[in-house]
Amino acid sequence: MSATALETTGAADAHAHGHHYTTTGLDNRKIAIWAFIGSECMLFVSLISTYLIYKGKSRVGPYPHEAWTDPATGETFKAILNIPVTSFSTFVLLMSSLAMVLAHNAVVNRHVKRTTFMARLEGNPFFWLMATALLGIVFLMCQAYEFTSFVNEGLGLTTNLFSSSFYVLTGFHGAHVTAGVLWLFTLASIDKKRGLTPAEGLNVDLCALYWHFVDVVWIAIFVLLYLIK
Amino acid sequence: MAHAPDAAHDEHGHHPTAKTYLWTALFLTIVTIIEISAYYIKPWEQSAIYVPSMIFMSAVKFGVVCAVYMHLKYDNKLFRNLFVGPLAIAILTCIGLLFLFGKVAINLSRGA
Repeated sequence: MSATALETTGAADAHAHGHHYTTTGLDNRKIAIWAFIGSECMLFVSLISTYLIYKGKSRVGPYPHEAWTDPATGETFKAILNIPVTSFSTFVLLMSSLAMVLAHNAVVNRHVKRTTFMARLEGNPFFWLMATALLGIVFLMCQAYEFTSFVNEGLGLTTNLFSSSFYVLTGFHGAHVTAGVLWLFTLASIDKKRGLTPAEGLNVDLCALYWHFVDVVWIAIFVLLYLIK
Repeated sequence: MAHAPDAAHDEHGHHPTAKTYLWTALFLTIVTIIEISAYYIKPWEQSAIYVPSMIFMSAVKFGVVCAVYMHLKYDNKLFRNLFVGPLAIAILTCIGLLFLFGKVAINLSRGA
């Protein structure tokens, strides 16, 4: 068989299995998601850089880690950041990453026979996809609570340099989490309707890569914004 | 195209088991607890090693999630390069900006 015929057969075989190989031999969707994640790194590092450059340069409060008294009114504002709530939401996001890898694992190993309750739970992609999405929603609820309490304490979007850079950075991250939750619900509904097959593992893998990226961005944000004064 | 099956095998690699994922989650949780504890331990929080130690622990968590959960340890090297390349450029730009705006500085004078 000639090289051209081999290539044609290979391409047809690849399409029959739902793969879209490039000249690198890798699936183009996976290359695309990694290129996208690389560009997202630049976006988030630029937002983090902005926050760090403006850090400590706000002329008026409230401040993230110190109390502040308004000289005009004499009103005192306490340090604005709520570390216990954010610690909880960080833990929730970490656990959602665990649920995500277990969802991917369950789809890829769907053909494995499972007898015990725990084994069946481990091999249930719908359960893990829903768990990931729900944990993402809990994280978003924590963020909504945080933003609401900040606004109630007098920290609006344009109050000072800290608030502007903080809301833009964490708001962008929250928007990414929201997109991830929608993606997860879509996969969960597909699994509920007809069941994701091991051949469709890449579809879950792409969502998982995006979700873990959102998680690693939060790992950086949590330390740089919340824990370092 | 002939090399696609080999590449596909390389692409998917040998992914870890559920047990490895659970141990990784436990490790990440412990490091996070240490980070949060450090914030509340005043001698640590006010010491010179606080910021470097927090950045180090954060970087370890970042690396572990990328290596194990995102499968960079097991997948094709091209994916690693697609991620690490832009990340390195972004971090170097961030460091450059911090120097430019005077947020960090190197003192070159002797015996000051």
